[in-house]
Amino acid sequence: MIRLTDVHKSFGENAVLRGVDLHVPRDESMVVIGGSGTGKSVLIKSVLGLVTPERGTITVDGRPVDQGDRDAFLARFGMLFQGAALFDSLPVWQNVAFRLLRGALRRPRDEARAIAIEKLRRVGLGPDVADRLPAELSGGMQKRVGLARAIAAEPEIIFFDEPTTGLDPIMAGVINDLIREIVSEMGATAITITHDMTSARAIADRVAMLHGGKIRWTGPVADLDASGDPYVEQFIHGRADGPIKAVR
Amino acid sequence: MIGAALASVGGAVLALLAALGRLTLFTGQTLSHLLRPPFYGREFALALVQIGYFSLPVVGLTALFTGGALALQIYAGGARFSAEAVVPQIVAIGMVRELGPVLVGLMIAARVTSSIAAEIATMKVTEQIDALVTLSTHPMKYLTLPRVLAATLVMPLLVGVGDVIGIFGGYLVGTERLGFNAAAYIRNTADFLEPLDIVSSLVKGAAFGFIAALMGCYYGMHSNRGAMGVGRATKSSVVAAAVLILAANFILTEAFFSA
Repeated sequence: MIRLTDVHKSFGENAVLRGVDLHVPRDESMVVIGGSGTGKSVLIKSVLGLVTPERGTITVDGRPVDQGDRDAFLARFGMLFQGAALFDSLPVWQNVAFRLLRGALRRPRDEARAIAIEKLRRVGLGPDVADRLPAELSGGMQKRVGLARAIAAEPEIIFFDEPTTGLDPIMAGVINDLIREIVSEMGATAITITHDMTSARAIADRVAMLHGGKIRWTGPVADLDASGDPYVEQFIHGRADGPIKAVR
Repeated sequence: MIGAALASVGGAVLALLAALGRLTLFTGQTLSHLLRPPFYGREFALALVQIGYFSLPVVGLTALFTGGALALQIYAGGARFSAEAVVPQIVAIGMVRELGPVLVGLMIAARVTSSIAAEIATMKVTEQIDALVTLSTHPMKYLTLPRVLAATLVMPLLVGVGDVIGIFGGYLVGTERLGFNAAAYIRNTADFLEPLDIVSSLVKGAAFGFIAALMGCYYGMHSNRGAMGVGRATKSSVVAAAVLILAANFILTEAFFSA
């Protein structure tokens, strides 16, 4: 479904992606792990066209992502951002129904609101939240609203960028369970970026480790502990000693 | 030594030209969205209210005090060569041709440009701009075009209101403080104002509104990460808008009134 081949991306002198090859089959939940600053977010932003790689190809269903109708392409995706990225000036329900209030997926306002409230219910938030502004919500609630927005238009592909960062362990567990349930329920293809191993184990069908600008290891989540790769082992056990330098 | 100095000057010139190029492209992209659907009417209406309606108090107060001070200055200066009687005419011409549009433009640069730049820069820092893209919404179309269009259309109205209130400020000082006859003051004001004065004022308003909103959007969209990036974008947008408004004022004055 999603295939990255020899993708390179630099920011000035800093070569972040140095030949990434990755394949995410349809209906699979892929979790990309790796240290901070290794280019995990750049990787998914490259798929969405938010970042333009200098070299390599990225295809979705065999078609290059930079060709064809961009709106139709983006309509296939939902994304939960690291900080939720909710629009401050809009109430919660309009954030969730943003795509349903404008553009090709536009619905009548009442219908869009009803869908937003249903999606909020799906992520465990009551209708009383619908008319509040994002700034009035806790971090965990904002993440849930971001999740509701990501799934509002029932996309085929969902990206989750650090979904549990900044949350307490209980709320992180709630978000992990929600992601797992929603991805299975919708039959969506998912890529999750995280360095939270609890989250990775809860969400993933397969795991890929990004290090040094390349995919270092990829395999089923069940094989993670027996990967035999010293980089993966150091990372998943959180050891300071090993091939990955602790101070980068 | 000389080579280093030349390189430094050359570097500055190249940076300036690059910035000019970016700004030109940004302006072209903004205008190109005017011709391509969809058009976000709700965002346009909100921008009209934010930029127009909510700027009325600051525009009114600025114009009122400026008109009053202008009347006092003209009266005191005119007394040196026995020309105190020209206060109504000079206040009217001064407010409508110059002070009204320029001061309203600068107040809008302070109030609106800074607000737009800070809002968009914060949206960029918090990935809201990226979120817009993933929701199939073009940030230029959703954020920039409504604000630039609203400012361009509403600024002539603000300048018109500012002109009238400024003249009224002069009238208040002239009649209450300087002893002018009220009916004669109004007649002199009306007799000496020409249609071109009013047209030039409104055209300047539209141009200054365009500049003010465009600078806010440009610096917001190009801000760097973090609180410092937002602060720098806000400061730079106001400085650039103010300087460009004053430069545009000179060019438009030359175009309208050079013999």
